[in-house]
Amino acid sequence: MCVAVPAKILSISGEEALVDLQGNQLTICITLVPQAKIGDYVLIHAGFAIHTIDREEALETLALWEELNKFAQGS
Amino acid sequence: MPKEVKTVPDLIKRIKEKVRPVRFMEVCGTHTMAIAKYGLREILPPEIELLSGPGCPVCVTSQGDIDLALELAARPGVTLFTFGDMLRVPGASGSLESVRAQGAKVHILYSPLDCLQYAINHPQEEIVFLGVGFETTAPTVAVAIEQALAHKVNNFSVLSFHKRVVPALQALVSGGNTAIDGFLLPGHVSSILGREPYEFLAREYNKACVITGFTAEDILLGLLMLLSQVENKSYRVEIQYKRGVNPEGNPQALAYLAKYFTPVETTWRGLGPIPESGLGLNEAYKDFDAFRRFSLQLGRKEIPTACSCGEILKGLKRPEDCLLFANQCTPLEPVGPCMVSSEGSCAASYHYRR
Amino acid sequence: MSQDRILMSHGAGGLKTYQLIKEIFHKHFANPILTRELDAGLFPGTPGRWAMTTDSFVVKPLFFPGGDIGKLSVCGTVNDLAVSGAKPLYLTSSFILEEGLPLIDLEKIVASMAHTAREAGVQIVAGDTKVVEKGSGDGVFITTTGLGLVPGEIDYSPQHIQPGDKVIISGPLGQHGLTIMAARGNLPVTSSLVSDCACLHELLNPLHSPEIRCMRDPTRGGLATTLNELALQSGLGILLEEGAIPRDPAVEGLADLLGLDSLYLANEGKAVVIASPQAAPRVLAQLRNHPLGRQTSLIGEVTGEAAGQVLLQTDLGTKRVLRMPAGELLPRIC
Repeated sequence: MCVAVPAKILSISGEEALVDLQGNQLTICITLVPQAKIGDYVLIHAGFAIHTIDREEALETLALWEELNKFAQGS
Repeated sequence: MPKEVKTVPDLIKRIKEKVRPVRFMEVCGTHTMAIAKYGLREILPPEIELLSGPGCPVCVTSQGDIDLALELAARPGVTLFTFGDMLRVPGASGSLESVRAQGAKVHILYSPLDCLQYAINHPQEEIVFLGVGFETTAPTVAVAIEQALAHKVNNFSVLSFHKRVVPALQALVSGGNTAIDGFLLPGHVSSILGREPYEFLAREYNKACVITGFTAEDILLGLLMLLSQVENKSYRVEIQYKRGVNPEGNPQALAYLAKYFTPVETTWRGLGPIPESGLGLNEAYKDFDAFRRFSLQLGRKEIPTACSCGEILKGLKRPEDCLLFANQCTPLEPVGPCMVSSEGSCAASYHYRR
Repeated sequence: MSQDRILMSHGAGGLKTYQLIKEIFHKHFANPILTRELDAGLFPGTPGRWAMTTDSFVVKPLFFPGGDIGKLSVCGTVNDLAVSGAKPLYLTSSFILEEGLPLIDLEKIVASMAHTAREAGVQIVAGDTKVVEKGSGDGVFITTTGLGLVPGEIDYSPQHIQPGDKVIISGPLGQHGLTIMAARGNLPVTSSLVSDCACLHELLNPLHSPEIRCMRDPTRGGLATTLNELALQSGLGILLEEGAIPRDPAVEGLADLLGLDSLYLANEGKAVVIASPQAAPRVLAQLRNHPLGRQTSLIGEVTGEAAGQVLLQTDLGTKRVLRMPAGELLPRIC
């Protein structure tokens, strides 16, 4: 229902942040993620960061695998 | 993305080991699109039936609400801003696209903040933001109102058609609907809401629930987790989409929702009026409430059509079961809301059907 | 010129019109045919078949990363000739100017057209200018008509497409469409995107052979639209391999953000080539050898099944239909 994509925070200026989205630089509003800091990955929806991702994209697939393996073990 | 290919067959294998006849509803329209885009139905065992729920905020905007927006857009001096999704949604007397062609000022924006700058630059115009979307989108509109207050923007208001997902789910299950065994719960709404608001589905209605992400692996893993809950009869709300959802949601966004909005009864296309399922602006922000600012009357008549969107949204029918599907109702000439949005159940079925 | 904006009198046919034509158009477009100042350009007769095409250009903004409406108006028409198998030779250009247009902008556009035409080896041999009242246009509208010569044996047509033929695309998709969207200023994007706007005849003309069935430039509506047209016109099916389609990460990232699909976004410097299986390796090698075709990829093939449809085989091995778009592409959040 809601398109949201991850992007990396490059710099922060007040309520705004400059993020990198696969080579595009966007200015977004970070009012909804006050804890976000430079280097964080955030989910962007309608020009706003709505969630801070605590692990980097590279770890995501790994996390998925861990989840999957845990599952296979029946936990 | 080769890494996806590596994991998907494995997931499918495990799903096949656990499978039994089940009906799961994906609540979120973006899930509907992703399932179709990846062609997941083709590789899932036939015992798993996937139903598309009410998770497209465009689909569920009532015709009466659209007509209200059309009426407002046509008023002299009013400039209406909204998201691209809304432009072609039909009301009784046309769409925003058609009133724009007749001279109404209708603009598409990407972020609700974009219309504030326009409002500042065009003090002689009345800027109205037509707010659609669920709890993911509404906090962004709350921030826009906050900034309008801070910058003393007096020619800006919000026509809030925002909706809440949980009351709609409540309406689906409390109607004695036993057709659904479990829910793939929306990822990005849950980024805001967290897990707690869905607990009643598991606790009171024995529905399996998994908050799920949007890649093929995410969705397959979500289905596997749902199957496991059904198998063990241990119904609870699990989070598969951990990278996008904290169990407690986004407290800051929730605080914005509570401060600026208040739950109100609203009419959902296909589902009818549902108590506390809409988000109206709080009394404290009435100056920004387009309903009050323009003395708009709610409760317009809904014109009955032969379309089955209501039953499709409830999971009681599939798009192909509708008499109008792909005949009188196509993406070019949509009748029902589920065909209008490119992620609506009917448009997704139409676009990706084989 | 003394005034720095287009006035209604620039379109009135008097001295100001003459001045505008001499000082902007002839100055930049100068060539032996045009400078004779006849009502029609006269050029030497040449044996062979002529290809003729026309296209109108409206773009907002007029200047964007990678080009402007002037360059676009040359490339667009040159490309329509090139994919028809023609060597582009002559263009005419017709301008609708909006009152108030800064003359410096007009001159930039005209200079860009002239530069693009010169590089492409085509001459602009006739033109026209009209001025409309402020509010009746969008700065500049340009119509160009192109004339080119088709070598004897060349006959590209969807009717020649056969099952088993290969589908080749000359590079990643959607760069022009998204660049324009980002350049409109409605998005808070400082994008690395650049329009792919380019003349393709030097890339495509050397391919000429009967083994090439058909070529198209996937502009408005993108690759999805072009391939659907070819499927309908040939009465055959097209099966694409999703993983083989070249992608520009910057385009994909921004498209995801906006809820768009790059297969539906416009291109102005890409060609789809349908070639026989025997010719495909040569076509791939030749295209990749040219700067405009470095990322050329074989993305699918023509099938006797699913007539009139384009199917996409996903990375998971599943198939779905790639349909014609239903309407205007708009950023969406839901």
